[in-house]
Amino acid sequence: MKVSKLLMATALTAVTGMGASAASAESLTLCWAAWDPANALVELSKDFEAQSGIDMEFEFVPWPNFADRMLNELNSNGTLCDLLIGDSQWIGGAAENGNYVQLNDFFDAEGIDMADFIPATVAGYAEWPKGTPNYWALPAYADVVGWTYRRDWFERPELMAEFQETYGYDLGVPADLEQLKDIAAFFQRREIDGKTVYGVALYTERGSEGITMGVTNALYNYGFEYGNPENPYGELDGYVNSAGAVAGLEFYKDLYDAGAAPGSSNWYMGENIDAYKSGQVAMQMNFAFIWPGVNLDPNVGGDRTGYFANPPGPAGQFAQLGGQGISVVANTDNMDGALAYIKWFAQADVQAQWTDLGGASALSAVVEADGFADKEPYNQAFLDSMAIVKDFWAEPSYASLLLPMQSRIHNYVIAGQGTAQEALDGLVEDWVEVFEDEGLR
Amino acid sequence: MSSNPIDKIARATPPSIAKHVRGFSDRTIAWLFVGPSIVLLLAVNIFPLIWTINLSFTNFRANRSRDVEYIGLQNYERILTDSDTWQSMQATAHFLFWTIFFQVLIGFALAYLINKKFKGNDLWTTIIVLPMMLSPAVVGNFWTFLYQPQIGLFNYVVEFFSGVDASSFSMIGSVNLAPWSIVIVDTWMWTPFVMLICLAGLRSIPDSIYEAAECDRASKWRQFWTLTIPMVLPFLMLAVLFRGIENFKMFDLVVQLTGGGPGSITTLTSIDLKREAFEKWRTGYASAYAVILFVTVFGLASIYVKALNKVKER
Repeated sequence: MKVSKLLMATALTAVTGMGASAASAESLTLCWAAWDPANALVELSKDFEAQSGIDMEFEFVPWPNFADRMLNELNSNGTLCDLLIGDSQWIGGAAENGNYVQLNDFFDAEGIDMADFIPATVAGYAEWPKGTPNYWALPAYADVVGWTYRRDWFERPELMAEFQETYGYDLGVPADLEQLKDIAAFFQRREIDGKTVYGVALYTERGSEGITMGVTNALYNYGFEYGNPENPYGELDGYVNSAGAVAGLEFYKDLYDAGAAPGSSNWYMGENIDAYKSGQVAMQMNFAFIWPGVNLDPNVGGDRTGYFANPPGPAGQFAQLGGQGISVVANTDNMDGALAYIKWFAQADVQAQWTDLGGASALSAVVEADGFADKEPYNQAFLDSMAIVKDFWAEPSYASLLLPMQSRIHNYVIAGQGTAQEALDGLVEDWVEVFEDEGLR
Repeated sequence: MSSNPIDKIARATPPSIAKHVRGFSDRTIAWLFVGPSIVLLLAVNIFPLIWTINLSFTNFRANRSRDVEYIGLQNYERILTDSDTWQSMQATAHFLFWTIFFQVLIGFALAYLINKKFKGNDLWTTIIVLPMMLSPAVVGNFWTFLYQPQIGLFNYVVEFFSGVDASSFSMIGSVNLAPWSIVIVDTWMWTPFVMLICLAGLRSIPDSIYEAAECDRASKWRQFWTLTIPMVLPFLMLAVLFRGIENFKMFDLVVQLTGGGPGSITTLTSIDLKREAFEKWRTGYASAYAVILFVTVFGLASIYVKALNKVKER
């Protein structure tokens, strides 16, 4: 009797276990960061589930832990994710370590043409090595650092008059970075509606990538280069630490000292959103993904907020690229399903729906469609910003390149230690060491 | 019939098993008992340690498939000549010294007060030990709000007592204040632990000793220095050992609070090590770093335990 019960239990376990593995073959797990666009993707993917019969499961990780969690998953050859919407800087490492599937043959077979996507997103999210037609992702979410400002404050007659008198030009969207600093200083510790407000919320976060994603918006526009474009690994001195780059770094520190909210020494996306929505700051640096949320916010949304692209500096106008591509994880046990999802996601009507739901399509047909620029108050700023993007290193050793930059920049801008020249000279030394370790010099 | 538990187990052993065990010597049976523990210890402690030491002489990176080369003492040389390493060692030493200093001082004082019989004694003990029951990550997170210059309670308390404008200083953003901000939070969280150990020490002193001292007309002050302190000292030293080892590997609380900043002012060795191992993926280098830290902690702890034993013997 006991033996027969045991056999029955074993058989039941085996059957249910087989059922579970059969079910997992008909499901896909998509990994991404936990943020508003991820919720939009859940909605969008219901259409894929209905069409394909494949269940979509999602693993969303909060931004501060996203890189750690997902890079550990990739580096340990984990099987959690079938599809991964990974940061643009991971592409080199994931491609060279065999974590992502190269998609060229699949794109050719399915008629997916990278020329249909915004060129900067293809270069930033899909290509490795950069500048070569080797694709490891489909551009999934176009994003870029830009600015929001309190239009309702900017349009107050008494403030406009005082600003004109102080600075000699009209208070409005800054024409360049120097004007942005003037405006930040103007609002710093100002009483508005009985409340003390501050100039600007900047990226200053130390632990992951925050201050690097912020300071590059100043560095690029003052002349910083990642290296000699002809010899990027071999010639850093004079590019990373050029006179322009030093001026750019000094500008960011001046902006922080003159206009940043007190206590904002470790702020990134979330803290900047909170500061802006709670009415603490006149301007906010942040990735464009937050703009739909700001527009709908009951305190600062609608006409109370305006949007603009990162203003130019003496060396031109650039903005830090954000956003991600969607890749198929090489370890997936459902390769056909994962590729089917990519094929479905690349369709023009799905991309249009993606943007409507709160995503940000990188498909040119969507962003260049008639009426897109005026459809939302932030769309024009988004288009302006996407036209001027630059990105951080995407090499396999990107983390080794990022960490010293975080440390050197934070040390100078926030801790006020040393000079901008010393910080960037030190960064050159750090990066040279990394490239030597990698055998690239 | 004996009711000894061992006899009960022996009687309950099925004859089929008893037949096999009967021929074993005491020594063999002892090995059978401790064997699994030793295997487990070897698997989860000793093997990883030996493997880490082995990796520390290589250029291995866990995220790369390229050939691994033995590079001798290069990793050790680079770590010991790296100014960043020494800066993180300094930050750790500052954190260790001051957290232990304040926790022992305040913890002992609280234990001394709680040891006195008064109404609500138990309630106060419970309230005091609450912070150590919280998760360090949660504590780090909510103290970032308490330290906020615009809305943080801490800054307003400072303003209330000192008159310094609350929004004029940032505890976690200032180079001078940030090292103290992590000391304050750790002290707030772990002083109750030291208090509990001291309380155990105080309650282990028999009342008769104090009564004898009273008969000898020893003053309260004299009783405190010649009876209380020497008898509590082994407990205090144990608390220092626990807190020292714990704080040497402090990570979560500080990462949540400051992220190691501003700059690298609060980048403790554990944070530095984690970045090398799991962000830069320099596994060989990080292994050497871990070995250096292990030797440091193990060496210091061994010296300290010897001192502790001497105090106990007195």
